[in-house]
Amino acid sequence: MILFIMVEMEIRTVNMPLDISRTLFGKRMKNPLILASGVLGVTRAGLERVAESGAGALTTKSLSLEPRKGHEGPIIIETECGLLNAVGYSNPGIGDGIAEFSGWKRDEPLIISIAGKDEKEFAHLAARLEQSKKTLNCAAVEIALSCPHTPGFGLMAGQADPKTAGKITAAVRDETKLPVIAKLSPSVPGEVEAARLAEKAGASAINMGNSLGPGMRIDINRGKPLLGFRMGGLSGPAIKPITVRCVYDIYDAVDIPVIGTGGVNSGQDAIEMLMAGASLVGVGSAVYFRGPDAFMKIEGEMRSWMKERGYKRVDELVGVAHD
Amino acid sequence: MTEIFVPKVPMQTARVGRVASESGKVKTIELDTRLVCEPGQFLMVWVPGVGERPMSIANNDPLTISIANVGSVSSELHRLKPGSLLSFRGPLGNGFKVQDGWKRILVVGGGYGVAPLYFLAKMATSNDVETLAVVGARTAKDIIYEDKLYLVTAETFVTTDDGSKGAKGSVMVEAERLLADRKRRPAAVFACGPERMMLAIARLCLKHEIPCQISLERHMKCGLGLCGSCDLGGRSVCRDGPVFDALEALSIKEFGESRRDASGARKSI
Repeated sequence: MILFIMVEMEIRTVNMPLDISRTLFGKRMKNPLILASGVLGVTRAGLERVAESGAGALTTKSLSLEPRKGHEGPIIIETECGLLNAVGYSNPGIGDGIAEFSGWKRDEPLIISIAGKDEKEFAHLAARLEQSKKTLNCAAVEIALSCPHTPGFGLMAGQADPKTAGKITAAVRDETKLPVIAKLSPSVPGEVEAARLAEKAGASAINMGNSLGPGMRIDINRGKPLLGFRMGGLSGPAIKPITVRCVYDIYDAVDIPVIGTGGVNSGQDAIEMLMAGASLVGVGSAVYFRGPDAFMKIEGEMRSWMKERGYKRVDELVGVAHD
Repeated sequence: MTEIFVPKVPMQTARVGRVASESGKVKTIELDTRLVCEPGQFLMVWVPGVGERPMSIANNDPLTISIANVGSVSSELHRLKPGSLLSFRGPLGNGFKVQDGWKRILVVGGGYGVAPLYFLAKMATSNDVETLAVVGARTAKDIIYEDKLYLVTAETFVTTDDGSKGAKGSVMVEAERLLADRKRRPAAVFACGPERMMLAIARLCLKHEIPCQISLERHMKCGLGLCGSCDLGGRSVCRDGPVFDALEALSIKEFGESRRDASGARKSI
């Protein structure tokens, strides 16, 4: 009898199903994939649709203090190795933004991204979210420090500089009890130091990754830069090796979780990011390259890859590339 | 696995062949090129240094667009002369779908919405689908494509709000008359025009149990289904539309009610 039970338990362990769920600050995610800020995050209905199509968590488009129309078009153009974008933080402003995203009811955690011109603006935005966090039902606030193409914000305001990133993180930390994700840049030196200082300032996680740049494409038939803002951030397959390296280095430098965002298009890409040290993986341009059901495809590829090799949990992959 | 990526909708540049004035506000530009595309699909037309705007395709061969002079990009396009360069990305989005077995269709256009319906009527007629058209505008001078429509339809009916041309009143009256007419009842209705008109057509076709496809407009920016600016109830009009089945559109709360401005803020229609 005892032998029989033991055998049954043995079989159960062997047949333990593959589980790729994760948690984001205590909230369950059905998979490690987060919709990155800036893609389809204008409306709650849009985010709900991305959640239905397989994303584990969703990030809104960044909200600023005042409404912004964004740059003139073209705002996104294709390149041979990814997409180049200069959207320019179009958003209805924090007030309308909170109204838009309030009442999130889905199980997939919602992350609200904010973009300020300086610590004061970031602090103010964070305070607004703190006031409304119950109706928003959001899991975290992400502070966008790394947009490469909007004057007054992100890279163009030096926000990815380690000291500034730390100061802004501290200012946001002071205003909200929500988990704070510092979204850093792969485009400027000092990303590891920026991650350290953000952690020291109270960040709950680092999102390593944004579009890389600024870059430029010139239309040779017209002899003019293609983007309306002339330059913009590169995303997609071209930047994955850079994001992977940044995540790898930051994983060694901080104790808080790292989200790897930049160039993930497939399940294999996501696994590479996890092995570099990411706990969760941001996905953006893949919505274009793989189509609206990109998240389902990526999750399916992760599952079959892990199944073939006998992996049962995502944790078994996180950071394995490190000695 | 990710494959090496080739741009799906690269920026293309062609020369302007012919420019014609349709009405005071609308010019038609024919390019010296053709494009493999479906009626109802659109282009993102680029004026370097000014901007990029969605424009419906009025013909595929030669590639033709009709432009109302309403803003910075369109006013630049109105200055183009034969031989000028025009740049665009496309075709983008989903077009009108004429199913096999549909022997007669009705196209209903309001204002500038007539242009893509001309392309549809031309294609349908060349495929031996009898095509009826109802087109309307505020006044006689705002009617576009009337002469061209006579060439590619079995019958074309014109309405104006002020009665200065054709029947006085809305296209809805003429459309309903045709739907109720046993001899002319179409197998499907295709419509493009102001959203309130699209809502009325969708409801009318629901009442008459006739399949209906409508073309909708939102603030399109990227044209690739990524930026979310053209959101309609969670859908991207640039990628999931701009042509929607009327029943799907009627299930969307925002349809006929609200749209987003350039910042993403909700505005009433």
